[in-house]
Amino acid sequence: MQITSPSFKENAREALDDEQLQRAMRHVRGNFVGRRQAAIDALPEFEELRDNARAIKDHVLGHLDLYLEAYERKVEEAGGTVHWAETAADARGIVLDICRMNNARTVTKGKSMMTEEIELNDFLEASGIRPVETDLGEYIIQLRGEHPSHITAPAVHLNKDQVESDFRRAHTDLPADRDLSEPVQLLSEARQVLRQKYFEADVGITGANFLVAETGSSIIVTNEGNGDLTQTLPRVHIVIASIEKIVPTLDDAAQIVRVLARSATGQDMTAYTTVSTGPRRANDLDGPQDYHVILLDNGRTSLLGTEFQDMLRCIRCGACMNHCPVYHTIGGHAYGWVYPGPIGAVLTPALIGIDKAGHLPNASTFCGRCEAVCPMRIPLPKMMRHWREREFERGLNPKVARYGLKFWAWFAKRPSIYRFVTYLAMPLIGVMGGPRRRFRFLPFALGWVKYRDLPAPEGRTFLQQWRDRQTLNQDARA
Amino acid sequence: MSGRDAILSRIRNAVNASDDEDDPRRVAVSARLDFPPRGVIPARGQLGHDGRIELFSKMAEKAAATVDHAASAADVPALVSAYLRKRNLGARLRMGSDRRLRAIPWVDERTLQVMIGPTEGSDEVTVSHALGAIAETGTLALASGRDNPTTLNLLSEHHIVVVDAADIAGDMETVLDSLREGYGKGHMPRTLNFITGPSRSGDIEQTLLLGAHGPRALHVIVVGGKGG
Repeated sequence: MQITSPSFKENAREALDDEQLQRAMRHVRGNFVGRRQAAIDALPEFEELRDNARAIKDHVLGHLDLYLEAYERKVEEAGGTVHWAETAADARGIVLDICRMNNARTVTKGKSMMTEEIELNDFLEASGIRPVETDLGEYIIQLRGEHPSHITAPAVHLNKDQVESDFRRAHTDLPADRDLSEPVQLLSEARQVLRQKYFEADVGITGANFLVAETGSSIIVTNEGNGDLTQTLPRVHIVIASIEKIVPTLDDAAQIVRVLARSATGQDMTAYTTVSTGPRRANDLDGPQDYHVILLDNGRTSLLGTEFQDMLRCIRCGACMNHCPVYHTIGGHAYGWVYPGPIGAVLTPALIGIDKAGHLPNASTFCGRCEAVCPMRIPLPKMMRHWREREFERGLNPKVARYGLKFWAWFAKRPSIYRFVTYLAMPLIGVMGGPRRRFRFLPFALGWVKYRDLPAPEGRTFLQQWRDRQTLNQDARA
Repeated sequence: MSGRDAILSRIRNAVNASDDEDDPRRVAVSARLDFPPRGVIPARGQLGHDGRIELFSKMAEKAAATVDHAASAADVPALVSAYLRKRNLGARLRMGSDRRLRAIPWVDERTLQVMIGPTEGSDEVTVSHALGAIAETGTLALASGRDNPTTLNLLSEHHIVVVDAADIAGDMETVLDSLREGYGKGHMPRTLNFITGPSRSGDIEQTLLLGAHGPRALHVIVVGGKGG
């Protein structure tokens, strides 16, 4: 996958002009927010569950080595195999070895952001193994040669007429005059086409929402049932999960499950929450013969113990992007790598470097909705600020911004001078705004005023007005 | 150094781990694994026997499942037949060798053809027996094995699940406890499916559509009824 995060600004501009995308993004604004709120309103304990979910993950992160070891023991006890991968390349290599050992030609896949992160599909194809995405959204974008634009709804950037034309292009063995005007017809066609693939596949690959140390189980939380078919029908099941997916016990998983679906889709529970433990047993008539787990680091340990550690609590529900005004406006592809939206703005610089992803943590108004809805209470805006600091420290932002910030910082650190200067400047700038009291031209901010005017100051500074209020309040109390 | 050692040593550095056997971190981890703390249990499902059945039915229906009630197992065949007739489905079904399912007098419905074993995808209707259910969310719990092969949960168009009213718990944690009891602590069936309504997808324009890759319809028959 080509990283286009460095050209975020151009990507965003194109997204704004993309009519299809803008039409599709209206569904995001309209649906996710209301559904989540309704589910939460119906559960008085939601905030308490959030606190506990956060506490569970914080506890895990402080004891991650021990839980990983305990988990590994339990997987092996159940007859499964645990592989450890430091990097994306290591993980891909392990997958290929397992596929080769089983003479695999086709691999079905459940929805997995980890396999997006390690670019598994391209790699498998280059190695002569055919990966088949089975989640409807993932299947659609695989047909289009695209990447997910959302972590739980990968095809959220598309409209149904686009899907229809993709299906007509790809499913040439079906009658050309078939009716595909309704979404349910598209769904049925995908169901029919993919059903056979599950049986043909030699290996099924899924991600995991949780890895349970108590029992050595992997848990997937899904709606379509494709992940379940992927891990039940092929001879081999491979789970790929990053190391922070560990929870201590089944009870801990049950706690986080309660906040996961509500935050993601507004469901109390998704249709399928499936707990898998090891390969087929003696009394099983179905299920895989081999069960492998690949525990992937890929940069996670470098966040532990830093100001970005809280990011490792993320359960990939997508609530932050569902509520982000920037994401709503430009969609997911503009972010230029695997993770879009607020989590992308924090995770992408950590995983591919702030030099490439510097625009992402800057593309925020710090409205704070992402943090307000995050079920794991991840302080996303604060972490974006940390990235801005690192970017500044490394001298990565443009000269104008750097000098501007330095200039402002000099004043900000000297409050009396700051107040005096603003006290003098505000009325002056107010007058410069002219009779309309607006600026249509500002040096160094041409981009900003291109789309709107900047209102001129109305007179007194914030601090002056604040002082007046305080005095007023004191008088009132006296 | 292997990948395993490298990852674990980076974690240990980051969390300031010590090698001591009585390291408080080790104590905390084994305590939590041995005695899983109960988390926050929503009040919603904490009801008496009848209340749990009622809530379970309501929540399952909210998730687009349909629910029938049978006073005893002997009433199940007639309910299944009625379900099939109403939807113009053939009078054939496939189920596992669960002793509770085998004990149901299927022969009472003379036209009903019952096949035993896992499915390869050609069966329109499958029947499973749940090990339990969760009132809080209208969720069924099904364990893999010869009794109720997992494929029966996934590959049919219509999945009918029989559950004993007495096994409907208020919350998921209670179901997990009964699993620990049944399979031994720290052990699990190969697959445990928590199923809440039929398969669905919202991937096309966020319109929720039923019948993605799993069953298009989920029908629950609660056996035993209220006051039982």
